[in-house]
Amino acid sequence: MSGPPDLSKALEQSGLIDVAYFVEDGPAGSVLLASTSLGLVRVAFLGAERAALEPVLVELSHRLSPRVLESRQRLDTARRELDEFFSGRRRSFEVPLDWALVKPGFTRRVLESTARIPFGQTLSYRGVAALAGNDRAFRAAGTALGSNPLPIVVPCHRVLHAGGGLGGYTGGLEVKRTLLRIEGVLPDTRATST
Amino acid sequence: MELPPFQLLLDRYSHDVHRFLIANVGITDADDCYQETWISALRAYPHLQHATNLRGWLLTIAARKAIDLHRARGRAAVTMADLPEHGHVDRPDDDPVWEAVARLPPKQRAAVVLRFLLDAEYATVAASMGISEAAARRNVHEGLSRLRKGHGYEWTA
Repeated sequence: MSGPPDLSKALEQSGLIDVAYFVEDGPAGSVLLASTSLGLVRVAFLGAERAALEPVLVELSHRLSPRVLESRQRLDTARRELDEFFSGRRRSFEVPLDWALVKPGFTRRVLESTARIPFGQTLSYRGVAALAGNDRAFRAAGTALGSNPLPIVVPCHRVLHAGGGLGGYTGGLEVKRTLLRIEGVLPDTRATST
Repeated sequence: MELPPFQLLLDRYSHDVHRFLIANVGITDADDCYQETWISALRAYPHLQHATNLRGWLLTIAARKAIDLHRARGRAAVTMADLPEHGHVDRPDDDPVWEAVARLPPKQRAAVVLRFLLDAEYATVAASMGISEAAARRNVHEGLSRLRKGHGYEWTA
């Protein structure tokens, strides 16, 4: 026995955590889930050895509240839904969302349109721009998707180039391929496993 | 005011806060004081004006919790008889000097612990104890002098 006692329960019960987060390891690598009292506010791919953890926490602190603390319990629902999605038992997310990190206007409309693309289906950048109300703004739609603070849950991986190319992805193209394989859009013929 | 995420404070300073409280209030009460310290800090954190010395700020809160506890116990009870017998924390518990430190008067003990166990600057010692830097130096020197006379320990400030 050594060191200070674990405060996670006491801090959870204090009601003073404004932004709770937890890191899950799965097929998409280490994924941070963060939640406010309103709902899931951030999903972030942390890369190898969770290198991006501190910058993401700093971003949450500066943009939402410095009361950022790890809490497994506060992320229970999101963690369960994500786990079910990865194991093929869930096709859509029900966890409430907090859009606080999304720029209002066109970006918000693009991401809300993206959230309505069903599991296993894809749309082109132009298609998403059209759903958001301006089919000529496909470049702006690409930028909006690139800024998605809620990847996987707001499924920007379902937006592809019209010609069949994968387009881009914040978590890297390998993660995008993994997600599309889970949904059966890409054939499940992986040479390596994670 | 752009403050670092609170979790980073917890990750970086939890050991310092805990060691400070063990040395100040003893192992039995340290855990309660420790929890109260962090809850108070979390409550006050968004209103903090300066982020220049967050460790000092946390130790200030911990020092206040320790003082509150001493007041609640009454002065006579401040004996620190309940220091750990074995190495519960990563500090030199087997060194009898800590037994002697534990018997110092509260202010001298707090100052000596901050200066030597936590390696704090005099400014931090002063801020943590709510006293001037001169008074912090005086408390450290008086504490060291007492240790030297009473127990033959030779430390330099």
